[in-house]
Amino acid sequence: MEMLSGAEMVVRALQDEGVEYIFGYPGGSVLHIYDALFQQDKVNHILVRHEQAATHAADGYARATGKPGVVMVTSGPGATNAITGLATAFMDSIPMIVLSGQVRSDWIGDDAFQETDMIGVSRPVVKHSFMVRDAKDIPEIMKKAFYIATTGRPGPVLVDIPKDQTAPNVKNPYEYPKKVKMRSYAPVSRGHSGQIRKAVEELMKAKRPVIYAGGGVVQGEGSELLTQLAHRLNFPVTNTLMGLGCFPGTDKQNVGMLGMHGTYEANMTMHNSDVILAVGARLDDRVTNNVKKFCPGAKIIHIDIDPATISKNVMAHIPIVGPVHQVLEEMLAALDEHGGEPDQKALERWWEEIEGWRKIHGMRYEVNKDGPMKPQQVVEALYKATNGDAYVTSDVGQHQMFAAQYYKYDKPRRWINSGGLGTMGFGLPAAMGVQFAFPDATVACVTGEGSIQMNIQELSTCLQYGLPVKIININNQALGMVRQWQDMQYGGRHSQSYMESLPDFVALAEAYGHVGMKVTRFEDLQGAMDEAFALKDRLVFMDIYVDPTEHVYPMQIADGSMRDMWLSKTERT
Amino acid sequence: MRRIISILMENEPGALSRVIGLFSQRGYNIDSLSVAPTEDSTLSRLTLTTYGDDLKIEQITKHLNKLIEVVKLVDLTEGAHIERELMLIKVKATGAQRAEVKRSVDIFRGQIVDVTSTVYTIQLTGASDKLDAFIGAIGEAQVLEVVRSGVSGIARGEKVLSL
Repeated sequence: MEMLSGAEMVVRALQDEGVEYIFGYPGGSVLHIYDALFQQDKVNHILVRHEQAATHAADGYARATGKPGVVMVTSGPGATNAITGLATAFMDSIPMIVLSGQVRSDWIGDDAFQETDMIGVSRPVVKHSFMVRDAKDIPEIMKKAFYIATTGRPGPVLVDIPKDQTAPNVKNPYEYPKKVKMRSYAPVSRGHSGQIRKAVEELMKAKRPVIYAGGGVVQGEGSELLTQLAHRLNFPVTNTLMGLGCFPGTDKQNVGMLGMHGTYEANMTMHNSDVILAVGARLDDRVTNNVKKFCPGAKIIHIDIDPATISKNVMAHIPIVGPVHQVLEEMLAALDEHGGEPDQKALERWWEEIEGWRKIHGMRYEVNKDGPMKPQQVVEALYKATNGDAYVTSDVGQHQMFAAQYYKYDKPRRWINSGGLGTMGFGLPAAMGVQFAFPDATVACVTGEGSIQMNIQELSTCLQYGLPVKIININNQALGMVRQWQDMQYGGRHSQSYMESLPDFVALAEAYGHVGMKVTRFEDLQGAMDEAFALKDRLVFMDIYVDPTEHVYPMQIADGSMRDMWLSKTERT
Repeated sequence: MRRIISILMENEPGALSRVIGLFSQRGYNIDSLSVAPTEDSTLSRLTLTTYGDDLKIEQITKHLNKLIEVVKLVDLTEGAHIERELMLIKVKATGAQRAEVKRSVDIFRGQIVDVTSTVYTIQLTGASDKLDAFIGAIGEAQVLEVVRSGVSGIARGEKVLSL
């Protein structure tokens, strides 16, 4: 058998897992591993400028490809900088492996230089973690780490590696395990057939049904089947923020996003439904509003791979625990077997009602004549410039909601955002990860002047690797979402939500070696946007000044039901 | 409602902290806890008591089951079960009290395991409420020190929690 050092084993295991890219930053405890990386050319290491960005880049890569993202950081501050990225991936169920260096085994617990109890610090935000106690265990630990991260409900796995376990002079036999056997971990592989048949019965009886599809459909590769099912039944479909793209955004059966900033018609459809087919969604607080008032007349069929998600916030009447893909496949077969059709008359009436809602209060905003342009107009111009076919990453805030509402995602994995944790600073590094995965694809990062500054140093990484990401900086000179809440709930007292002394983003982009563009007038917007996207091999930073007073609507009214919404600054339901 | 959850888990470093961490992270309470390896040295048996309605307990058990190191678990309070806790208690024993304490120990079927001229050290096993009752009977003013092991439990009959 081949004899390898611990460091070589780590790198070989990455090769054996077929890892193309690893995002990281070197430091004392991982130097042996970096040396082993240097001496091979299968795994490409991407040097970021901050460890948080490494995790988001790996995350973006994972979201765009479905493959696990891999990160390497050193001990202490390197490791703790990765925590936000771990938490981001954990909340959105993203498969990720973080390899963190650790001080040598005999120093652990001594408060050694750059020592942090990374297993302890990361515990609440990882699916699982391993500490390497013997270099001989590295192949098995790596195999398990990838297995756990990518199966069941995916999530990040941390492998903490003390420096002495990677010492170049200590060699051990290396054989990468073909299979993992863990008596305590067996992800569900099939949904219960009886429950699926029961669900089909319920769908057939439904008079006001709705399909509510979340990120689990994207993650679980269930988009095609879900689209088939929806078309076959002619039921309305609403997507969560995480589920956008799992059902075509331009499909007429799509009633748009639901929840806090969901469309009027989506929230009304949910509230008035009699059967909800929730697929790969977790009925979280940004969707349900007050759970006690949630969809009072609805029977809930809930499909999810994670049993703990079912009946956590809202009781499910028909729970189905299983992989979305398999359950939907079996559900389609069960529909064939059943042979019946949904109540067409009732459905027709239901659609009339929904179209009515769409007509009265469909997505809209007021355009300023001669005044500053609206952020919504920027997203619409982006949609046009990219023919609706870009990978769009976003940061967190108003711009995120506008990008979710006004860009129609027709394919899964095209809309990439931190939905669960809401991590500002996610957008740019995530866009890097996507661009590495698909070098020829159009990748846009919709951001704001607040969020972009949280990881702006990655402009340097983008230059090093020639990543032609397009940054759409929707600049309202304020932390827009904070300010919106302050307008609505704090009497307009804008406590710390105004950004003074913004940098000259154009000059900044140029200083980093990129192209900068500033747009202040709507007349110039589309032209500038088209020009930016025509620069195929350059990163373009578009600094676009918009109306600082704009709010995101609709907006659910706190503690109400799903149908309680502000529709504009002056109208509410 | 009080529940006794018994967990079979991998006897590995860090496993215990994951179980405990889960409770604090999700806002559940642990009332008592006892843990030790089983006859199979790769497995630990952890017994904990907690409070909650059916929904909360369902969430707790689901989340516990998600922990990679948790192999199997059972809510003992769902069926007939035997519950035991060990208590070592030091009480003042002087003058007339010496005989009085001795009588209470006998009534509760405890044992005096150590004696000085002023202090009895008593060992008592039983369900937690029996131990509470004993402390009540002695009177808190007499109690110098209490050590309790936390609840251990096992199902009655042929039901077994094993691999």
